[in-house]
Amino acid sequence: MSTPFQIVVCGSFVPDPLQTLEPVTGPAGPSLKNEMMLPAVLDPWAGHALFEAANLARQTPGSKVWLVSLGAKAKLQQVMMTVAQKAPFELVALDGPASGFTDSFETAAALAAAIEGIAGLDRAKLLLFGGWESASRGAGSTMQMVAERLGITEQFQGVDQISVSDDGSFEVLERVEGGRHQVSVCTAPPALLGWATGNLPEPRNNPQVGMANMRTVMPALQRAKAAPIGNAGLAFSGVTLPKQQRQTRIVKNMPAPEIAREIIAWMGEE
Amino acid sequence: MENILLLAHTEADGSLGKAGLEALATALELGGAVTVGFVGAATDAAAGQIASCGAARFLAVTGDAFGQPRYTTDAAAAEALCRAADCQIVIAAGTSRWARALPGVAYRLGGRVDTHATGLALSNGAPAVTRWFYRQRMEAVLSRTQRPWVVLLDPGCVAPWTGVPGAPGTAGTATVEAVSVQLPATRTTVMGYRAPKADEQTIRPDAKVLLVAGAGWTKKQADGAVHAAEAEQLILGFLRKAQASLGGSKSVVDLSGEGEAVLHCMTHMNQIGQTGSTPRHAKGLSTCCHGEEPHVVGWRFVNQRRAINLDDACGWARGKADVLYVADAFEVMRHVNAMLEA
Repeated sequence: MSTPFQIVVCGSFVPDPLQTLEPVTGPAGPSLKNEMMLPAVLDPWAGHALFEAANLARQTPGSKVWLVSLGAKAKLQQVMMTVAQKAPFELVALDGPASGFTDSFETAAALAAAIEGIAGLDRAKLLLFGGWESASRGAGSTMQMVAERLGITEQFQGVDQISVSDDGSFEVLERVEGGRHQVSVCTAPPALLGWATGNLPEPRNNPQVGMANMRTVMPALQRAKAAPIGNAGLAFSGVTLPKQQRQTRIVKNMPAPEIAREIIAWMGEE
Repeated sequence: MENILLLAHTEADGSLGKAGLEALATALELGGAVTVGFVGAATDAAAGQIASCGAARFLAVTGDAFGQPRYTTDAAAAEALCRAADCQIVIAAGTSRWARALPGVAYRLGGRVDTHATGLALSNGAPAVTRWFYRQRMEAVLSRTQRPWVVLLDPGCVAPWTGVPGAPGTAGTATVEAVSVQLPATRTTVMGYRAPKADEQTIRPDAKVLLVAGAGWTKKQADGAVHAAEAEQLILGFLRKAQASLGGSKSVVDLSGEGEAVLHCMTHMNQIGQTGSTPRHAKGLSTCCHGEEPHVVGWRFVNQRRAINLDDACGWARGKADVLYVADAFEVMRHVNAMLEA
C-alpha cells in the first residue's frame, strides 16, 4: 500500500435540517432566530468528508485524521458527542461563528491558520478534506481559499470517490454537469478534496471510538482559540424567507387513466 | 458602473455554452464596460459567437493544457486574465469548472468571491448579488466593498444572450488579444469522464420535466409486497419517453446503504432537497414523496409542480404543489407511460 496520508478535514455544524429557520437582523448583520437554541448536526458534506477520511486512513496504515472545526464552543461540544462515535480523529477546535452569513474569505483564513498550527503535520503527505460546500453558507469557496493559503494547488471539488494506487497516486471522481464524473489522476499529495456525498453510508455509532476520541476532544475544546470572523466590507441589504404558498388543488377519486391524461396534457403545455 | 470582466471557458466543441451566454447577458445588463476573457484549447469560435455583443475587449488564454478542466491550469489562466483586464467586477457562470477554480483566484487577487448568485443587478448604483442561504431556505441581497469581486452565477437564472436585437445570433469576427500564461506545474492529469453507476442517463439539466421519486416506490404496496423492480421500470420508462430528468429524496437515495429494496437508477447524484441539488426545470412531478421543509427546497426552482400521493394531507404537497392527485403512483404511471408510448 502507499505511504500514509495526513488527512485534515474541515467541517462544522449546521442547524438540524428538520428545524424551521427564520432570519433576524441585528447590529452585526443577519443571523438565525434563536440560533444557539437550534439543535445542530455536523454539516452533511463535511460529514461525508470525515467518513471518507476515516475510511482512507483505515485502508492506509499509519495515516491520521484531524477534524478542524470552527463554531461556538458549547455547540461544538454538543455535536462532538455524536460525531466522535462515528470515526477516529483528533479535534482542532476554533471558537467562533458557524453562521451561514459569515464571510468565506475570513473563515478560510481562520481555518488555514489552525491547520498551520497543527504540531507535526507533514504537508507533503497532506490531504485536505472538506465538504464541497456547506449547508449553511453554501459558498463552495472556503476550501479553495484554505488550500491556496496552505500552498495547495491540486484541487478537486464535488468529489465522490478517491482510489489510491500502490505508487501513492490517486484517482479522483468529481461531479460535473450532466450527471457525469470527471476522472483525474493526481500523482501525489498535497491536495484538496471537496467532497460531495461520496459512496459510504454513515458509520454506525461506535462507543469505543467515541471513548477514545473524547480523550482528545474535551481538551481540544478547552483550548479552542477565539476566532472572531468579521464581515468586513460585506453588507446585507435584506434576508427574507420565501413566502409563496400555493393553492393546491386536491384531486380525489379521479380514475388513474384520467389523471394520466391530465398529466400528459399538462406536460405538453408551454 | 465599474468595469466588468466576463470569464468564459469554451465547451468541448470550442463554443461558448448556455451558462456562459447567461453570464454574458448579466454582465451586459449591468451597464459597465465589459471585457470578455476566454479560456480554452482554442477560443476563436467562441469569440466569433459573441463578436457583436458590444464588449470593449476580448482576451484569451489558449492552448491544449487549457482545454481541460483542472484547477492548476484554470486558476492560472483566470488569474492572468483578471490581471490583464484589471476590472473591478469579475463575472462567470457557476459551472463545475469555474466553481472549482475561481474562489482560489479571488484569493490570489486579494479580492472576494460570491457563488451561487441567482441575480446580479445595480442597487443604488452599486452591484448587488442575490443568493440563497441555508440550502435555498432564505434569500439575501448583499454587496461588497472589496475589489475585485468575483461573482459566479448559477445557470438557468436569466435568459442567455442571443445576439444583438434585430440581428439574432449574429456571429462575426472578434479581435482577440492573446494573454500569455506560464504553464503551471501540475501533478493532475484529466483522464476523461465517466457516467455514474446507473443503467442509463437519468440527469438531464435541460429537461422540461423533473420527475421526483420518493421512498414510497420501494415500500409495500396494496398487495403487501414490494415492487421495486416494477417501480424502476416505470420510472425509467417515463424518463425515456418524456425525456425527463430524475430527482430523488434523501430517503430513497440512502436506501442502498440501509439494506432495503433499492431503485438502481437512483444514485446520490439524483438527490434533491436540503442535502441534494436544487435543479431548475419548468415542471416537476413528484411521486411517492413525503416530508416537509427539507425536501421542499428541492422544488425551489421548479415552476409548475404536481404530485401523486396516497395521502391527501401530505405536507409535502399541500401548499407547495399546484395539484395533488390522491392516487396510486404505480397505477397512474403505468397509464402515463402507456399513453406516452401510443
